[in-house]
Amino acid sequence: MLEARDLAVLAQVSAGLPLCPRPYAQIGMELGMDEAEIINRVAALKAQGLIKRLGVIVKHRPLGYRANAMVVWDVPDELIKELGATISRFSFVNLCYQRPRQPEWPYNLYCMIHGKDRTTVLAQLEQLNDVCSLARYGRQILFSRRCFKQRGAVYQAQQLTVAAHG
Amino acid sequence: MLTDLHKQLLNDFQRDFPLSPTPYRDIADTLGATETDVLAALAELTGQQFISRIGAVIPPNQIGASMLVAMAVPEAELQTVADQISAFPEVNHNYEREHRFNLWFVAVAASAQQLQAVIGRIEQQTGYAALQLPLVDDFFIDLGFKLDWQHA
Repeated sequence: MLEARDLAVLAQVSAGLPLCPRPYAQIGMELGMDEAEIINRVAALKAQGLIKRLGVIVKHRPLGYRANAMVVWDVPDELIKELGATISRFSFVNLCYQRPRQPEWPYNLYCMIHGKDRTTVLAQLEQLNDVCSLARYGRQILFSRRCFKQRGAVYQAQQLTVAAHG
Repeated sequence: MLTDLHKQLLNDFQRDFPLSPTPYRDIADTLGATETDVLAALAELTGQQFISRIGAVIPPNQIGASMLVAMAVPEAELQTVADQISAFPEVNHNYEREHRFNLWFVAVAASAQQLQAVIGRIEQQTGYAALQLPLVDDFFIDLGFKLDWQHA
């Protein structure tokens, strides 16, 4: 069970560390904790897997990665874990999820590929198809056009307290 | 123009950010730069929109609830509907994609119940049905994104 103090720390570090010489001390001042407590709680949250990674979070598009494809397949349920694990190992894959099929959307395996151009992304996709024998399954490729909004999830400490107890 | 320092900061510190009292000085020491240089370069990268933040990535659905939602919106109304959806603080990603389902967004809330309430409000405001695609399993281990500087 997460304590309210952990949730407060998590909300702050997911929103971003301040650019100053003692960022953890700065967060501590805002939350009424000392620097060591912030650092210890962040380390524990990482160890528990509640922080997947901590570091620089880049924006793909301004850095030239403008071809962004969400690819979905309809694969047999009994194969999905193995396929998901294999797909995730490709360096060009950025996300890989299972989601439930819906009547108007009969796909269960999702992956995201960020590339500099469409040709490269499509070639990478063919490589996935070959290695994982995915060609036999129904598939859709959805390249992104406009990005209307992109930012980290905003978790408010108060809401998180509710979530942790709910 | 990106300097070598910018490029190293972008690529080499996407994970395992130092958990010491002076993380930026530690990074500077690794790179043979000064703490002031590192802080200035990170501020530039943030200002130029190359970095969203230096922070934590939280796995979906460990805390609170999240939902991927797709909508099929006529092209002429897409910008208006997208703006309405982006205005919700619970929405953190919102993209146009090439498909009949052309608007894709992610909403997060503290609980499944609150999440459904938000999605209900979005449907009501926009007048379009939300195709809800919750997460079942996450296969991806996030090690950051390896940037390739050729043609950058």
